[in-house]
Amino acid sequence: MLTLNINGQNHALDVEPDTPLLWALRDTLQLTGTKYACGIAACGACTVMLNGAPARSCVTPVSAAVGQRVTTIEGLPTNKISKTSQKAAKAVQAAWEKLDVVQCGYCQSGQIMSAVALLASNPQPTDADIDAAMAGNICRCATYHRIRAAIHEAAHSLT
Amino acid sequence: MTTERAARIDNTSRREFFKVGAGLTLAFYLPASQAAKHAGKAGKEDNATPTSPPFAPNAFVRIGTDDRVTIIAKHMEMGQGTYTGLATLVAEELDAAWSQIQVEAAPADAKRYNNLFFGPTQATGGSTSIANSFMQMRQAGATARAMLVSSAAQRWQVAPESLIVRAGVVSHPESRRKARFGELVEAAAKLPVPREVKLKDPKDFVFIGKHVPRTDSKAKINGSAIYTQDIHLPGMLTALVAHPPRFGAKVKSFDAARAKAVKGVVDVIQIPTGVAVLGKDFWSAKKGRDALTVAWDETDAFRQSTADITRQYQALLDKPGALAKKVGTDGATALQGGRAKDALPAVADGETALKTAAKRLTADYSLPYLAHAAMEPMNCVIRLDDAGCEVWNGEQGHTNDQHKLAAALSLTPEQIKINTLFAGGSFGRRSNTQSDYPLEAASIAKAIRQPGKPAVVKLVWTREDDMRAGYYRPKFMHRITAGLDNEGKLVAWQQRIVGQSILKGTALEMLVKDGIDQSSVEGAVNLPYATANLDVELHTPHLGVPVLWWRSVGSTHSAFAIESFVDELASAAQQDPIAYRRQLLAGHPRHLGVIDLAMRASGWDKPLKPGQAGEKRGRGFAVHESFNSYVANVAEVTVKPDGSFKVDRVVCAVDCGIVVNPDVVRAQMEGGIGFGLSAALHSEITLNEGRVEQSNFGDYPALRMHEMPRVEVHIVPSAAPPTGVGEPGTPVVAPAVANALFAATGERLRQLPFKLGVAKPT
Ligand code: FES
Ligand code: FES
Repeated sequence: MLTLNINGQNHALDVEPDTPLLWALRDTLQLTGTKYACGIAACGACTVMLNGAPARSCVTPVSAAVGQRVTTIEGLPTNKISKTSQKAAKAVQAAWEKLDVVQCGYCQSGQIMSAVALLASNPQPTDADIDAAMAGNICRCATYHRIRAAIHEAAHSLT
Repeated sequence: MTTERAARIDNTSRREFFKVGAGLTLAFYLPASQAAKHAGKAGKEDNATPTSPPFAPNAFVRIGTDDRVTIIAKHMEMGQGTYTGLATLVAEELDAAWSQIQVEAAPADAKRYNNLFFGPTQATGGSTSIANSFMQMRQAGATARAMLVSSAAQRWQVAPESLIVRAGVVSHPESRRKARFGELVEAAAKLPVPREVKLKDPKDFVFIGKHVPRTDSKAKINGSAIYTQDIHLPGMLTALVAHPPRFGAKVKSFDAARAKAVKGVVDVIQIPTGVAVLGKDFWSAKKGRDALTVAWDETDAFRQSTADITRQYQALLDKPGALAKKVGTDGATALQGGRAKDALPAVADGETALKTAAKRLTADYSLPYLAHAAMEPMNCVIRLDDAGCEVWNGEQGHTNDQHKLAAALSLTPEQIKINTLFAGGSFGRRSNTQSDYPLEAASIAKAIRQPGKPAVVKLVWTREDDMRAGYYRPKFMHRITAGLDNEGKLVAWQQRIVGQSILKGTALEMLVKDGIDQSSVEGAVNLPYATANLDVELHTPHLGVPVLWWRSVGSTHSAFAIESFVDELASAAQQDPIAYRRQLLAGHPRHLGVIDLAMRASGWDKPLKPGQAGEKRGRGFAVHESFNSYVANVAEVTVKPDGSFKVDRVVCAVDCGIVVNPDVVRAQMEGGIGFGLSAALHSEITLNEGRVEQSNFGDYPALRMHEMPRVEVHIVPSAAPPTGVGEPGTPVVAPAVANALFAATGERLRQLPFKLGVAKPT
C-alpha cells in the first residue's frame, strides 16, 4: 500500500512500487484522461504535473510520486492546484475550445498539461519558448499550428 | 454525383417508434448495454440520458422532450471532424440551435447505416463521409423538421406554411405562438413520416459553410472523451500478445512459468497470432509478457531486408510491367530526337513519341514502407457470452469487422454488437479488411471463455507492438520518362510503378482488374497534364510484408513522383514551375482554380525574402487531385549553412466542392500537411532479414512542434457536390517541399524521407 496525492485527494493504492504512475491512474483509479501512447517518455501523451511541473507519468514509478502533488487533466478545474496554474488552465482550455484545436484528441490531455505548465511559469511565451516547452508532445494529427495559436491566445487572455 | 447517389432515407421509424414508445427507445437504437454504459460519454457533450420517449423520425435523428437533438453518426470520429459535419447537415435542415445538438455513434448495421458510396457496408474511409451523407443527413433533418411543423400546425390549427422554425423553436408569427422542439415531439412522433421533403436553398444556409464549433472539443479538452483504451468493464482482463519477430512465423513452443509468476498475471495462452498474457491490468500483463519465453517456428517467415527489396524493385523498373493505362498507340518514338517545332504529335504511340522527342528526361523516385502510428495504439475490448459478443473499438469498418468476428466466433453478424468509440487517430490503420486486431482480441476471448461465464478482454498493443505488427503503406518505386518538344511541351509520358498490392488477397480483390490494383496507380493513370502519349505500367511483387492504405493511399507516392517530375520538366524547359503546369492543364479548371488561388495567396509573383547570411531559401509548388478534391501547396524553406532545413510556410488552396464546415476543412488541410511532412522528413519502416527495425517514436520519429510550418489555408468557393478533406491534404506537401529544396539548393530529392546532401547537385 502506498499513498498518492492526486488532484488534491489522498488515495491509498495497492500496486507494485515499480508500477508507472500512468497505469496506477488509468487502471487502478480509472482516471483515464491521461493517455498511453509510447511508454518511453517520447510522446508526452501521459503528461501530468508533479508539484506543478510537467512529468511523463509512463516512466514515473508510483514510488517516485509519493509525497508529491499529482495533477491530472481531470484535476485542472479543481482548486487544489496553485492559483497561477488554475488561471493558466482556465485560459488554456478556453483557448483550445475557441480555436477548436482538437482532432482525434488522444494527445490533447498531454498537450494541455504541458501548455498549462508552460503558462504557469511563463505567462507570455515566445514562439521559441513554445517550441521548447511543447517539443516533447507529439500530435499525429499535427494540430501543432493551432496549439501554438491557442497558447498565444491563452497568454493574451492572461494579460 | 452526390445528388444522384444519395439514396432516399429509409423512413421506417414511425412504426418502430410505436414499437419502442413504451420506454425501450434507447434499446432500439443502441445495444442496451452500450446505451446504459456509454450514454453521455462518447461523443456527447453532457451526461443527460433522456428518460422520456423521444421523437425518432428516422435512423439518424432523435429528439427528446428535453429538447436534446441527438444525431446518430454512421461514420466514426477519428479526428477528421465527421461528427461535426454530419451534425451540421442535420441541424441545418432541422433548423435546430447548435447548442442543443449532440452526436452519438450508430450501432453497426449495414442496412440503416450503409456508406452510400461503398455499400452495402457500414464503413468510414476514402474521404467519403460527408460526400455520401450530404443529401441523406439533410433529408433526415428536413423530415424531422416537417413533422415538428405539422405537429405545431395541428396544435394551433394553422397552416403549416404559416410557421417558421428557428434555433429549435417553431413559431407562428401571426399569433405570436411558439413551441420548443421538446414540446412538440410527443405529438410529432404520432404523425406519418412525409415521403417527400423540400431541402433548403443553399442561399438560406445558416450552418453549412459557416463556422460551427466541433461537437467533440469539450470532451477532448477535459479528458472525459472515451476511447477504446479507456473502457473498463467488470471482470475485464488486459491482454498483451507476444507476436512473432518476423511476418509469417508461428509459435513453436513457449514457457510461461516466469510469466505466470508475475503478480497479477492470470493466464498465458497460445492464440493463432502468438502468445497472449492476461493480467488484471496493463502493467502486470506487460511484466508477464516481458518474462515470457517463446520459441518461434520461422520456416515460412519472411526474411528479406530492405536492401534486398530495393534491389528487386530497381531491377523491375528496367522491365515492362502490366499495362495500367495507355493513351496514344506507342510511346518510344517520340522520345528519339527530332520533331522540332511540331505541336503535340498526332496520337502516335508512346514509344515512337519518346524516340522523336526533342528532349528526353528520366527520373526514379523511391518511397519507403510507412507505419500509420496513430496516437492511440490499436486495441479492442471484447465481451463474449452465451448471447453473443459485444465489441468496443474505434470502429472504422463496422460491418466488415462484424462479419469477420461472427465467422471467427461461430455467431451470426446480428450477435456481434459493436460500440463505436472515438478513435485516437487511424490514418487508414483501423479499416483493415483483414480485421487483424479485432480478430486477435476475439481469439483471446474465445480461448479463455468458460461455460456459463462471460469472457471480458481488453487487448492492448504497446507502441512497439503497433509499429511492428505490419500493415504498412507499401514501399513504392516509380520511374518516369518524358519526351518534350522544343517548347517544352509533353509529347510522351511513361511511368513505371513497382509496389505491393493493397487489395490482393483481401475481400476487395475484385477491385484488382487485369492484374492492376487501381490503388497502386491512382494519380498516375489519371495524370491531368496534357500529353499525346501516356503509358502507365505496374509491377506488383508479392512479398510477405502486410500492407494497407495509408492516408491518401496511392496518391501518397504517385503525387510525390509526378509533382517532383513535372518540376524537373519545368526546369528543363527553363520555365516557371507554375506557369509550366498551367499550360499543360488547359482542360482542368479545378486544378487551375487551386493553382491560381495558391499562387495569389502565397505572393508567388514577388521574390522570396532572403534568409540570414549563409542561409538559402527556396519556394516550391505542387498540385494534386485525390478523392475528387483538389489541393495546391506552395512551400517555403530555409536551408541553413550546415545543411539542415526548416519548412517555414505552406500556403494551401483546396477545392472540395461545397464546404460544409470551413474550419474543419482548414483543420484537415493543416493536419494533412503536418502528417505528410512528418513522413517526408522522418518516416521509414525498414527490415533487417525480415525483422522490422523500428519500434517507437525514438526510431520512428514524428513531426514535432518546432518543425510545423506556418500553414495558411484558402478555400475555393464552389457549388459542386462536396468531396472529402481527410486525405487530400496529405500527398501534396512532400513534392512541394522537395521542389522548394531544389529551388534553394539545386539538389533534387527523389527519395523519401528526405536526406539533404546525399545526392549532390549536378
Ligand atoms: S506515453 Fe508517456 S511520453 Fe508517451
Ligand atoms: S489530436 Fe490526434 S494526436 Fe493530437
